[in-house]
Amino acid sequence: MMNSWSLDDLRNWDARIRDKVSEFGISCFPQEFEVCDHEQMLGYMAYHGMPAHYPHWSFGKSYEKLKTLYDYGVSGLPYEMVINANPALAYLMRDNSLCLQVLTIAHVYGHNDFFRNNFMFRDTRPELILSQFKMRADRVRSYVEHPAIGLQAVEETLDAAHALSLQCRRHTAIRKLTPEEQRARAEEAAAPAPDPYERIHRPVEHRTPDLNRLPLEPEEDLLLFIAEHNPYLSEWQRDLLQIVHEEAQYFIPQMETKIMNEGWASYWHHRIMNSLDLPEDLHLEFLVHHNQVIRPHPGGLNPYYIGFRVWHDIERRYDGDSGAGLEKLFEVRETDRDVSFLRRFLTPELMREMDLFEYAKKGEHLVVSKVSDEESWQDVKNTLLRGIGMNAVPVMRIVDADHDHSRTLYVRHEHDGRDLEPDSMEKTLRYLYRLWGRSVLLETEVQGKHAVFHCDEDGVGRHSD
Amino acid sequence: MEHTVFRPYSESDALRSDRSATDRLRHRQKVREAIRGNIADIIAEESIIGQSRDKIIKVPIRGIREYRFVFGDSEPGVGTGNGDTEPGQIVGEAGSGEGGPGSPGNRPGVDYYETDITLEELVDIMFEDLELPNMERKKLREIAADSARKRKGFRRVGVRAHLDKKRTAMSRLRRKFATRNPAESPTEPARFPFHRDDLQYRRMVSDVRLQSNAVVLCIMDTSGSMDTMKKYLARSFFFLLYQFVRTRYNNVEVVFIAHDTRAREVSEGEFFSKGESGGTMISSGYRKALEIVQARYHPSLWNVYAFHCSDGDNWPHDNAATLASARELCEVCNLFGYGEIKPLNSGSYGDSLLELFDEVDAENFHALMIENKEDIWPSFRSLLTRDRAAAAAD
Repeated sequence: MMNSWSLDDLRNWDARIRDKVSEFGISCFPQEFEVCDHEQMLGYMAYHGMPAHYPHWSFGKSYEKLKTLYDYGVSGLPYEMVINANPALAYLMRDNSLCLQVLTIAHVYGHNDFFRNNFMFRDTRPELILSQFKMRADRVRSYVEHPAIGLQAVEETLDAAHALSLQCRRHTAIRKLTPEEQRARAEEAAAPAPDPYERIHRPVEHRTPDLNRLPLEPEEDLLLFIAEHNPYLSEWQRDLLQIVHEEAQYFIPQMETKIMNEGWASYWHHRIMNSLDLPEDLHLEFLVHHNQVIRPHPGGLNPYYIGFRVWHDIERRYDGDSGAGLEKLFEVRETDRDVSFLRRFLTPELMREMDLFEYAKKGEHLVVSKVSDEESWQDVKNTLLRGIGMNAVPVMRIVDADHDHSRTLYVRHEHDGRDLEPDSMEKTLRYLYRLWGRSVLLETEVQGKHAVFHCDEDGVGRHSD
Repeated sequence: MEHTVFRPYSESDALRSDRSATDRLRHRQKVREAIRGNIADIIAEESIIGQSRDKIIKVPIRGIREYRFVFGDSEPGVGTGNGDTEPGQIVGEAGSGEGGPGSPGNRPGVDYYETDITLEELVDIMFEDLELPNMERKKLREIAADSARKRKGFRRVGVRAHLDKKRTAMSRLRRKFATRNPAESPTEPARFPFHRDDLQYRRMVSDVRLQSNAVVLCIMDTSGSMDTMKKYLARSFFFLLYQFVRTRYNNVEVVFIAHDTRAREVSEGEFFSKGESGGTMISSGYRKALEIVQARYHPSLWNVYAFHCSDGDNWPHDNAATLASARELCEVCNLFGYGEIKPLNSGSYGDSLLELFDEVDAENFHALMIENKEDIWPSFRSLLTRDRAAAAAD
């Protein structure tokens, strides 16, 4: 199979695919493809696909893990990897057959269009992203090489920051209020409601809000808050926290649209490939690969499969007589993310067709608790939505940065019926303590009971209340 | 839409772009540190003496997991079925990670608690832990690479690299003169090519050096309680001795003799497992060693190294026999050592045999006391000074 194609073959197929792309109305960033071998691909995967990335041992670990899985044939490599950048960057594996390359190119244009048009990605600034990653990498390297800082110190900060990186605002499309705006809002809330009869009513007692309280409103960006409000951090530590925070922010839209994005790309590679008049042998090979990609994983959730089915279902239902299905597709790909996408468009009929079920741990086994029948499809769907994207990450909010007037950090876990895993909670609290430098309190619930954990230099313990 | 760019594969880029190398190295370092933290437990449990250097050992690691706030695994999940899923059906095992939502990023993957490491690396870490000086470390690590082959004559077949061109050309000339036809005119010499019979190859034979055989007799008292620390000390001491002997001789064999009141020859695994009997007769171990030497490793052909580890308890009526057999062993051995292992915290300061062994005055005998891992290297050094072969060589 090796080298059964040349770059000119790819260019020819690309030109034909792009004709189809503009015919269907897909709108993309300019596209760049890079041919790489499997080791480079493993390297890109370990560093989230980025050509430049700051160093940390955890990437070495993830490389080793990927390589072991690949070497032992447990998991293959993805056919493609696309980066949300402008121009969009994608990698093609050198050893793939021509058919796979063509399929991949078509698939990549689907992702490209999604990155460019979905609302979640509006603020990711794709023109700058590659150079931003490069600059961050250079900065981290300069700290590592700095004689007064060194690898050990950088690692300690990065380890802690990585543990907290997903504890940040998840609705990136909603603008964060500036401190001034928060203050104005607090004052407005404290002011009495306008009363047309104020002349005859007794004046309402006016309570001045405590504007020195920190934070004024519960704060979700843990790393940013610590960087701004821990006076004992060095400049380079603040910078590291910001770097980790910004990177997490960049990847959140991708986590929040995994199913839509993969489904969208699969929908388009399928449609484009079918419209290309492929020779019979290529077409058969394409069908094999396509079915491989979008097959259901029994017991699991294959985002390609779910996304592909839902997009097709939307098109079928909105096509009706008017043929407005395609228009609807383009609208949805712009305005939704996975949670809203599934909530709005995953119908009970489709759930039954895909045989979605809910399972729970029961002793040693995972046992099916509910299936998508008339009675409980709604429950199954709610469970599904709770486990998707950032919904799988507990919400933590900083409530008070000066608890008991001792600069103790008071963090509240917004409990939604799911308890925290105790071991990782303890370890992560220690990281939080390391960054904050003073005691940390965490309010949560354990088995339905209110619980407060504290972490200081003596370790983690539970408050008896 | 602008023109699409295709960047070709470039071999040199691929070679240069091993970007993860530093991070992988750092990760391995962290694994190493974690292993070093509990090296005593690992060495106490692994067979390391006389194994291949490439042997892969699975060792548990702690402390390099990454943590985040996550939900517990008692939370329900959702999956797709085959179309006929019923409530109550079992779809997977809890904790295996299978059957759970499969998309990466949703749930932290099950982290590895074990890693593979080669014996070579493990030994390195052990040397570090025992604080062996670097130069010695290298000596012990390198298996003496004397090529055990030498040239011995010539032959007509062989590999191309061994072809002796000069001899080949000579034998062709010899054949030419021998077959010269007197009727042929000397003015028009016919072409006379090489024949297969002309080819001469150097012959290499493997060099069997009888004097380069050695056997290491590991004798240990298995009656007492062998806890982890004692096992670690004993095993690393035996290992050092074995490695040392290997650097000097081409062919090294190991014999493990375990004894309580009776002695048996055992495998390494059994050797370090705990014995059941309470009594101790050290002379039984020495007798067994002498038997084995007589039967299989005659001192005229083999260099014998014997080392005995014990915690110092012996039945008093056995002491005389022990002394006698120890003297006999000294006769047949290059080096015979006795090590009394008493970790400081073991609290078992009972009898000691060191006083008894003071009476053995053979030059190649050495008795020593090991109380903690820092003792191992100095004791080992002092043991080696008594090596008869080394003394003769110097």
